[in-house]
Amino acid sequence: MGTGKLLEVRLERDRGGVLEFVLRTPGVGPALALVVAIVVFSLTTSTFLAMDNLSLVAEQSLVVATMALGQTLVILTAGIDLANAATTVLATLLMSKLALSEGAGFGALIAGFALAAAIGGIAGTLVTRVKLPPFIVTLGLLTIVTAVGRIYSRGQSVRVTDPVLGFLGTRQFLFGRIEITYGMPLALGMFVLIWYALTRTAWGRHVYAIGNEPEAARLSGIHVPRTVLSVYLLAGLVYGVAAWQALGRVPNADPNAYQTGNLDSITAVVLGGTSLFGGRGSVFGTLVGALIVAVLRSGLTQAGIDDLYQDVATGVLVIAAVAVDRFSRTTRQR
Amino acid sequence: MKRCIRVAMALTMVLAAAGAAGCTKERTGGDTAPAASASASISSGGETKPTGRAKVGLVTKTDSNPFFVTLREAARAEAAKLGADFVALAGKFDGDNDGQVTAIENLVQQGVTTILITPNSSTGVLGAIKKARDKQVLVIALDTETDPPSAVDATFATDNTAAGRHQGAYVKAAVGAKQPEVIMLDGTPGSSVDTQRHTGFLQGIGMADGDAHIRGRQSVNGDQNKAQQSMENLLQRSPKINAVYTLNEPTARGANVALKAKGLAASVVVGSIDGGCQGVQDVKDGKYAVTVMQFPKKMAELGVDAAVEFAKSGKKPSGFQDTGSMVITDKPMQGVESKDTAWGLENCWK
Repeated sequence: MGTGKLLEVRLERDRGGVLEFVLRTPGVGPALALVVAIVVFSLTTSTFLAMDNLSLVAEQSLVVATMALGQTLVILTAGIDLANAATTVLATLLMSKLALSEGAGFGALIAGFALAAAIGGIAGTLVTRVKLPPFIVTLGLLTIVTAVGRIYSRGQSVRVTDPVLGFLGTRQFLFGRIEITYGMPLALGMFVLIWYALTRTAWGRHVYAIGNEPEAARLSGIHVPRTVLSVYLLAGLVYGVAAWQALGRVPNADPNAYQTGNLDSITAVVLGGTSLFGGRGSVFGTLVGALIVAVLRSGLTQAGIDDLYQDVATGVLVIAAVAVDRFSRTTRQR
Repeated sequence: MKRCIRVAMALTMVLAAAGAAGCTKERTGGDTAPAASASASISSGGETKPTGRAKVGLVTKTDSNPFFVTLREAARAEAAKLGADFVALAGKFDGDNDGQVTAIENLVQQGVTTILITPNSSTGVLGAIKKARDKQVLVIALDTETDPPSAVDATFATDNTAAGRHQGAYVKAAVGAKQPEVIMLDGTPGSSVDTQRHTGFLQGIGMADGDAHIRGRQSVNGDQNKAQQSMENLLQRSPKINAVYTLNEPTARGANVALKAKGLAASVVVGSIDGGCQGVQDVKDGKYAVTVMQFPKKMAELGVDAAVEFAKSGKKPSGFQDTGSMVITDKPMQGVESKDTAWGLENCWK
């Protein structure tokens, strides 16, 4: 398998026509699924296809989509991040507590970003220097960071009144009909930026190469530990932004919030066609994955389906998505 | 080839999901209502006009807690009885504000006329509630108050401070002439229910926070295992106690196990609150002396009734309505109104 996979990696690097790119981009299948879901719900319910509802669905997916953006980076290196939502929550608590005094919003925001990046840095260091499996490192951090959040907040939720922290929840109407929050362009911008870094820079190629075959990447002269550390740092920073998004949506930092955020973000990544085995995937796939979850939840709710059945549907989709990934992998290796 | 399969699979999945949507669409009350449209009509201006037919959305904290299951089933039954449409959504866990906000938004989108909500955090979902009320949706808080209470049209809930006071008064009477030496097993720090019951208990027993006769306190999040563990540890430190406050019945069960192991179960008065059927049975079995029952069915029925009235006449309820609480014990105490466990088992929630 080793040489076969190596060959496969080289083939993938050496090609690069536009058609090849489109076909091999894991986001295309999920995007089609998203479109189909939107069409189906528009036909079966009277309330789904409305401009205000579509904007709502986008807004509902923002926080998880942003957490999933960081998660995608980590998963591309064949890692996993169980502590991302806990990091986000801790950052919301720090931001909102620091911003209790007037005019402190901006500084609080920066402190929150720094804290989230620092937690990413700790994870990255443990993974690259101490060589612990990412699953274990982030499992430990999940417990620690959650507890620190509860200690720091004494279990109390903190109300947010600072305009800087609530900024991303500010609404605007575009063309009079489409309601957007400031969080949306910010999230889109981040996705574009990281897409660019992943696909158009040497750093991005290194990230994919490491996820595919770390040993081969090392032999070809890539500084693996440094690159992986940078991925965790960047992911942490992204979680900091997710915290800002979260405060825009619910202006109340709650130590018990987003308990399933880590799994929700993994769901979005997987539905977006990114391989849990690393090295294959795209951030736009992840964005689509997060939207699929939100569309399902909204559409099934409009159709009057119970919450728990919605969870069943999401779970089935996740398993199907990984099965497809598995299948496409084995056919390519044959 | 693999593209085809991938696309085909995705298609199948979505269609299957949508197909299920078509089959199990929930419409309590059904086809009998004549010309009335299934949901309130939303005119282009965003105004809801009374159509005579209520569409009620319920948002609970979680959908697994028996208290909320009872609340939901009672609301569903009442809606069916009165011919109203009914949709139930929930957060995923205590503290899932984002999930509740999403639920509220989706209900508004569906065109409900009334939202009944047990808010996770008294402040976290206020933005979404305001947006719903701006669209003329009647919003009623059940079980838990919002902060400020005026954020919703009305609140139907247990007065938890009063319920705590009943518990404290009973425990004080049961301890008798002796000085109460208390251990307090609290819930989740910061939750309003926790604070109100805790405060009420202290009023009822006649102590202040920080009183030297409070021999220990710990937050156990309403979790039986945690309660047992905390009780064991606290008893290790101060074995000479005669009274225990517990936030809810699972906590009281945990406390009972720890007390029994120490041989203290008979000499310590344990009080609890909730009124679940298992809790009443525990009191009957002598695991603890007393529980204070609250009435989720009543909250749900009052809420649905108000929703139906609103759809019919446009009349909105307002203010706080106490759905009451009742001391349940088989050892009644002078001066504390109570009912026995037989009554309790008839009126408890599952």
